[in-house]
Amino acid sequence: MSSPMTSTASGVTRTAVEVRMEGLSRRYGSVVALDNLDLTVQPGELIALLGPSGCGKTTTLRLLAGLEDADRGRIDVAGRDITRLPASKRDMGMVFQAYSLFPHMTVKENVAFGLRLRKISPAKRDQRALEMLDLVELVAQAGRYPHQISGGQQQRVALARALAIEPQVLLLDEPLSALDAKVRAQLRDQIRRIQLEVGITTLFVTHDQEEALAIADRVGVMQAGRLEQLASPTEVYSRPATPFVAEFVGLSNRLAGTVIGSVVTVRGHDLPLVDTSIPAGAVTAIVRPEAVTMASDDSGEAGPMTGTVIASTFLGATSRVTVDLGDTTVMAQLPTSEAATLSAGSRVTLTIRPDPVLVSADSAVASEE
Amino acid sequence: MAALDQPLDIAADLAGPAAARRPGGLRASRRRRLNLFRWVVFAIFGLFFLVPLLSMVRFSLEGTTPGSWSFSAWTQIVSYPGPPPLLSAIEITLELAGITSVVMLLLVVPTMIWIKLRAQWFSRIMEFLCLLPLTIPAIVLVVGLAPIYNRIERYNTSALMLFFAYVILALPYAYRALAAGLNAVDATTLSEAARSLGARWITVMFRIIVPNMWQAILNALLLTVALVLGEFTVAYLLTFVNLQVNLFEISRSTTNAGVLFSASAATLLFAFILLLILSYAGRRLRRGRP
Repeated sequence: MSSPMTSTASGVTRTAVEVRMEGLSRRYGSVVALDNLDLTVQPGELIALLGPSGCGKTTTLRLLAGLEDADRGRIDVAGRDITRLPASKRDMGMVFQAYSLFPHMTVKENVAFGLRLRKISPAKRDQRALEMLDLVELVAQAGRYPHQISGGQQQRVALARALAIEPQVLLLDEPLSALDAKVRAQLRDQIRRIQLEVGITTLFVTHDQEEALAIADRVGVMQAGRLEQLASPTEVYSRPATPFVAEFVGLSNRLAGTVIGSVVTVRGHDLPLVDTSIPAGAVTAIVRPEAVTMASDDSGEAGPMTGTVIASTFLGATSRVTVDLGDTTVMAQLPTSEAATLSAGSRVTLTIRPDPVLVSADSAVASEE
Repeated sequence: MAALDQPLDIAADLAGPAAARRPGGLRASRRRRLNLFRWVVFAIFGLFFLVPLLSMVRFSLEGTTPGSWSFSAWTQIVSYPGPPPLLSAIEITLELAGITSVVMLLLVVPTMIWIKLRAQWFSRIMEFLCLLPLTIPAIVLVVGLAPIYNRIERYNTSALMLFFAYVILALPYAYRALAAGLNAVDATTLSEAARSLGARWITVMFRIIVPNMWQAILNALLLTVALVLGEFTVAYLLTFVNLQVNLFEISRSTTNAGVLFSASAATLLFAFILLLILSYAGRRLRRGRP
């Protein structure tokens, strides 16, 4: 199983493998955690599974790692069926959300543990452990115990430990959740850099959409044990496949509207529909804050799109402005230069850019499909 | 009393220069008062434990006339002819402590780890079973054990056979100590990490979980040894002779009332020294670990 060594920074090259999951199902008592999931991860690809807690993303990972058994379905790695293989024989590196370094071993011993189990000679595993620590830039900490290093460093050691066994697949179960914001962004980028360098097929589970969009080749948005959409980060964000995805990824406004033919009328604006097969009737349209623009309105006339600015949040280059339209509030994302002229209390008229929008038949977005 | 000398000094301190520097002074005086409180509590409880023990030792050293001193109560322990002689009773008890500890740990540690990792649903039942001996009076236990020991004695009449009963008696204490240690490590995550690295269950247990609960294992060991050293009721009622029973018989064999107390003091001292050695050895063993 050992691949040839090279002199690259990672010290290793490998042939990336394909992971194919077919019809995976898992229930806990009466709760369906995973409902007939089909997912194929291309060789060397990083897929981020994104979703609210309980959506089945962690279950997917645990089934793949062999830490739990699937009720139904099949998992193939590199064309080999591993569905019934115990976790210890699956050859997958895993990084956990909770700190998982062995407290009684030094950093180096932790990294070398998997190699020791594989009966690799002390000299070789020492060398390999140091290579891995070099990859995560922690060689200086090799002799320390886990409780002597920071949380971010512990997770980097965990990554080195997972990669040391030259696994076929890398599984990351919310590895950044326990860290503070700054370390999280740094480590996220470092994980991506290492993943590309090593070229390993990777599944990354997170509930943080920013993390998922930033790191992944493709993002899989999950809900209630099902995969709602699997696409590139840009596509998930700009062309969400379902109202749930639209709501979960990025901010959105939910506005009442009426479907007539292939358009939905929202407060006097006609917006094209993403899915033109929606029957005519009352719906809720999901409008991105970026699609809303506004202009000062001193006429004093009332209208469906005229309201009062109630808050403006500075986000850097852009600002988020919240407008009270009387019966509802709408969020808009504007360039800060524009937003600066609109103080709280000023009257404005809104315009919605005619981008295709998603609609849901009732307020319960989740039930729509 | 020595403990009370200190507060007087503190009061003098407060009245003097401390009055000049008000701000920090207030907090410092509070800390002092807390310290004083600690010492008083410590002194009271210390006296509560020490006075009876010292009185016992003093009585065992009482000569034939009140107020005189004599070692006769102590020499009588050593010169007791038996059967069995004191030394063999000590030997039996030490061996019992060893066997009981080993059997206990071999039985309970893997079971508890297994339940924690693989059979969570059983943990409540396990806890109940392990704590059960605590609720059963020794007399009742003996009534239940007697027929079983009748059977056992057909094959082996050694007092070492008491370890069956002692494992049961020590179970609640050992269980509590081990459960505390096991709960202090994130056994689930550690075992999953180890398994994903290729470790089998047996490796997970002995190379990942056990090394992280040495302290708890040592605590369980100490409690078990302490229990075996001090056990009298079960051994006596099942007519085995261990250290405690032996000392009891020594004190009965003489008219010197002091022997009863010298014997008690001797066992206490014996247990105390042994436990001290054990916990010191344990600390030495752990040095070098985090």
